[in-house]
Amino acid sequence: MNRNAWLAILALLLAVYPLAAGEFYINLASQIFIAAIFAASLNLLVGYGGLPSLGHAAWLGLSAYISAWLFLKMGLGHWATAPLALLATTLIACLFGLIALRATGLGFLMLTLALCQVLWGTAYRWVAVTDGDNGLRGLTRPAPFGISLDDSTAFYYFTLAATVFSIWMIARFVGSPFGAALRGTRDQPRRMGALGHDVWMVRWVTFVYSAFWGAVSGLLFVYYNKYIHPSSLSLTTSAEAILSVIAGGSGTLGGPIIGAAIVVLLKNYVSAYIERWNMLLGFVFVVIVVFMPDGIVPGLRRWWARWKARKVA
Amino acid sequence: MGALESEKGRVTPALQISGLKKAFGGLPAINGITLEVMPGERRLIIGPNGAGKTTLFNLLTGDLRRDAGAVHLFGEDVTRLKPHQRAHLGMARTYQIITLFGKNTLEHNILLSLLGLSADRWDAFRPLARHGRLYEQAREVLKLVGLEHLAARPIAEVSYGERRRVEMAMALAQKPRLLLLDEPFAGLSREERVAVGQLISGIPREVTVVLIEHDMDTALDLAERITVLHYGSVIVEGTRAQVVADPKTREVYLGG
Repeated sequence: MNRNAWLAILALLLAVYPLAAGEFYINLASQIFIAAIFAASLNLLVGYGGLPSLGHAAWLGLSAYISAWLFLKMGLGHWATAPLALLATTLIACLFGLIALRATGLGFLMLTLALCQVLWGTAYRWVAVTDGDNGLRGLTRPAPFGISLDDSTAFYYFTLAATVFSIWMIARFVGSPFGAALRGTRDQPRRMGALGHDVWMVRWVTFVYSAFWGAVSGLLFVYYNKYIHPSSLSLTTSAEAILSVIAGGSGTLGGPIIGAAIVVLLKNYVSAYIERWNMLLGFVFVVIVVFMPDGIVPGLRRWWARWKARKVA
Repeated sequence: MGALESEKGRVTPALQISGLKKAFGGLPAINGITLEVMPGERRLIIGPNGAGKTTLFNLLTGDLRRDAGAVHLFGEDVTRLKPHQRAHLGMARTYQIITLFGKNTLEHNILLSLLGLSADRWDAFRPLARHGRLYEQAREVLKLVGLEHLAARPIAEVSYGERRRVEMAMALAQKPRLLLLDEPFAGLSREERVAVGQLISGIPREVTVVLIEHDMDTALDLAERITVLHYGSVIVEGTRAQVVADPKTREVYLGG
């Protein structure tokens, strides 16, 4: 069976899933979708650009907070808050990119972490805007074309559509000449410069593009929860995303999606039975890295190739 | 002469280096080098290990920042330009330590080189595979260096000699005006040296070539003019016969 056939089966399964599953599982799937966009957008930097960011929560949190603030305190409707939140977050990413890309490697990691911690602290302290530790409550979900998204099935399809579009846009980016140049700057930055590629610019554009899709996941996140708290800007949020990317397989399209699914499942499902779900997450992560050092997707691909080779022999 | 003639009736040098200096932590690596390479010339720069040859190249390409002096490329001051800007003005280089994209195919390596100077490199939406013209060009370049049959092979799976030729192909793909070759024969067997030598002799005369080499005999017959570098300074410059006959050359190479 070829790839398109597999994709068709997957599409069919995702389309009929809400008919078979209960409300809890439908909501679980929506959360996985949101986490998948978030991880996939981070993967652009970590996997394809070789730039490990520990501040990706900034984009989820900023767009969620800006959208919530515009709705609650400015009285704007959803049709205005969504594009404004995306625009404002992207503009802030343009600025943060200028600062964070002063460095690469560990320096970049520390700068992204520091910038995100500033936002996290601001969310806690700037009570007039963020309501501090109480978080912003009293939010609603939008109703595109008059269809209320308060129903979990409607929200599922809305999120699914947004996820398919986001992942497709990310895939196009990765598969384009620009994406090839980005991978080039990860593998041989000096060589790329000598070949005429503006390495810094390639990284900065990717930083902003990655932040934009992170902001998209932030909008869905705040629609889903109808509530936003400073913890969504915390280091834990960033770390979970980078864990998803590494566990699933960085630099692959499917990896962050699988990784995000594992993290969300453990967090929501297992935590009902085991209180210390973080411990289990750590354990699962160690097992993955021991058996598949470069992540689940590349690991499975290798097993599959070996199995096929054995069958031929 | 002709198109490159300047107002004074003098040919504009392809490469003009004036008073170039670079020190690493107080230790001078390049100690005030001044030299000119004319368009179409084949210049060999030789010198023992540590003479500053690769540092000189890194200053020319902009990978290192100079302490003093200036670099002109076909009359244009490029001293303050970034490496990628110099590439767009027609400067290309190869590396002594092979610097390729190891996991990628030979074809993809050439594609990255072609993309570097193409406006297509900013296309972030249309799949790379649909840029058919680039693939055609890449095939042509690989044919030129006799590696067309390995186009789909990852770099990691081809021999060292073949990688050297990919290094050359990546630079040639950009159709540079000035080509800087950093020890293109390093680590090659005798047969491979002949092949790379033929490749260099086959470069069209529109391209000015500067070649650095620490082994005097390897590249001697590829160049018209030779510059001998020692401790970051030019000590002898002239035609092949002049340089070989100069006692200072022998001093450097035979330790006096």
